[in-house]
Amino acid sequence: MAAVSLTAGVRQSGRLFALFLDVVRLTFKRPFQAREFIQQAWFIASVTILPTALVAIPFGAVIALQLGTVTRQLGAQSFTGAASVLAVIREASPIVCALLIAGAGGSAICADLGSRKIRDEIDAMEVLGISPVQRLVVPRVLACMLVSMALNGLVSVVGVVGGYFFNVILQGGTPGAYLASFSALAQLPDLYAGELKAVIFGLIAAVVASYKGLNAGGGPKGVGDAVNQSVVITFLLLFFVNFVLTAVYFQVVPPKGS
Amino acid sequence: MGVEVEVVGLTKSFGRQTIWGDVTLTLPPGEISVMLGPSGTGKSVFLKTLVGLLKPDAGSIFIKDVNLAKCSEHQLYETRKLFGVLFQDGALFGSMNLFDNIAFPLREHTRKSESEIKSIVSEKLEMVGLTGTEKKLPGEISGGMRKRAGLARALVLNPEIILFDEPDSGLDPVRVAYLNQLIVDLNAQTDSTFLIVTHDIGTARTVPDNLGLLFRRELVMFGPREVLLTSDEAVVEQFLNGRREGPIGMSEEKDAAQVAAELAAMVDEGPPAPGTGPKGASGSGVPPQLQPSPGLPERKAVARRQERVLKMLHTLPDKAQEAVRRALDSDLPEPTRTGV
Repeated sequence: MAAVSLTAGVRQSGRLFALFLDVVRLTFKRPFQAREFIQQAWFIASVTILPTALVAIPFGAVIALQLGTVTRQLGAQSFTGAASVLAVIREASPIVCALLIAGAGGSAICADLGSRKIRDEIDAMEVLGISPVQRLVVPRVLACMLVSMALNGLVSVVGVVGGYFFNVILQGGTPGAYLASFSALAQLPDLYAGELKAVIFGLIAAVVASYKGLNAGGGPKGVGDAVNQSVVITFLLLFFVNFVLTAVYFQVVPPKGS
Repeated sequence: MGVEVEVVGLTKSFGRQTIWGDVTLTLPPGEISVMLGPSGTGKSVFLKTLVGLLKPDAGSIFIKDVNLAKCSEHQLYETRKLFGVLFQDGALFGSMNLFDNIAFPLREHTRKSESEIKSIVSEKLEMVGLTGTEKKLPGEISGGMRKRAGLARALVLNPEIILFDEPDSGLDPVRVAYLNQLIVDLNAQTDSTFLIVTHDIGTARTVPDNLGLLFRRELVMFGPREVLLTSDEAVVEQFLNGRREGPIGMSEEKDAAQVAAELAAMVDEGPPAPGTGPKGASGSGVPPQLQPSPGLPERKAVARRQERVLKMLHTLPDKAQEAVRRALDSDLPEPTRTGV
């Protein structure tokens, strides 16, 4: 029994990876579905922007509060701003992005493709000689990557502003010290790495959601299950990939001052 | 003229469960064939395998010398352009109106101008009797209309093979009659190869040139309609008469002793009242086939089929031979047939 579930698991991962390769291959195949891409980008942005902004504010605030307390205990208040920027841009922002892209964008993609699958629309499209991966999945994956990148920028800004607000107004920090220490620890590659992470998270979320959607079965309940599984699998993958990326980042880009 | 579809030794299973094994049959070009079978015998799976949506475990499907079971993805997509498939619920794209749905294959595959697309779409809509519904969304129309719109979309690339997945499901008997007439009319106009998967016996008796029956993980029989309609084979007879007595059970097959007891009890009771079988399963013998509506050309497949069946006549069972001869006798002397 264990062997059966093991092979099934390996097969699923293999198929998921095969879909990813198909997406890469068909991204460069003309005609590009520009219209679908724009519609999807708009759609994903519209379901994620507001929740992202609303999550980013308390997230930035929590980091600022924690760091404010710790730095005071250590007697390093002047570095609150620096630490807060570092935490938001390097880690918090891509993770918030990942959660919302997977939770809001991915689930919407999975539900959409899944309901098309059980209504035979996907099969009908294939029979009409049109690849659903090229027609539907590629524009969604690209849209998800674009929106994820933009969201990362939004979260960074909102997080840093939120951190500033809480540190200065609530914890009595000095605005000058907060702003002056900005660039003491943080450097530009931190931002690039954050954006790269966000793009990769968008890619993973969209491919997993599409895979689960295209393989939904068993009626409306099957679609519900697919959405649920897609969100869980995406979360697991994203946190793991985030760990790997962070580890690699510290090897590639040495921290400032060391 | 339609394309011949040759299926050899086709086997499909999901995990350890075999759906059907060793299915061998040939859909003769331009003719209408019906595949019957109790629910859950993999009729829809068979249809999906024919168009390459599912990969068979063994066997081959030859269409114009391409083996769909083994060909490359590129060849598969090319060969699929020969197919038109009517899915159970029409499988229209929910986000597009009927016009865009039917124009979709044209826009994707051809470089036709919008005005050309418009004229083709209205022609196909007229063929299926849906003129004036271009702007409707699939969610706003009835099931029968969705099926007909799905048919219009399947026809738009002038396919040479058209597959119907349960065209009668969810329709009232009058609409089924209209749809059957539409199928025969389309065959007369396009001369494409048709395969209909259904469990409506009325359709199976009057529409096709050839009949097949899937049961117990295999193709029980496939051949000219006369063969199955006159068959003594217990499964075929039970199915075509819509009886409870016989090898087909509610959820699975029955053992031989029970079947024998049931059949004996049935003989004791005498023949059932005429016209009481469900889903058009009443009457016996070989009823006349549905003819194209007046004004349409003769079905070219009829003459080809006559020739083909006459050649294989000596291999058929006696009752079928008799039925073929009777059909020929009533057919040949009067060139302008009436009494559709």
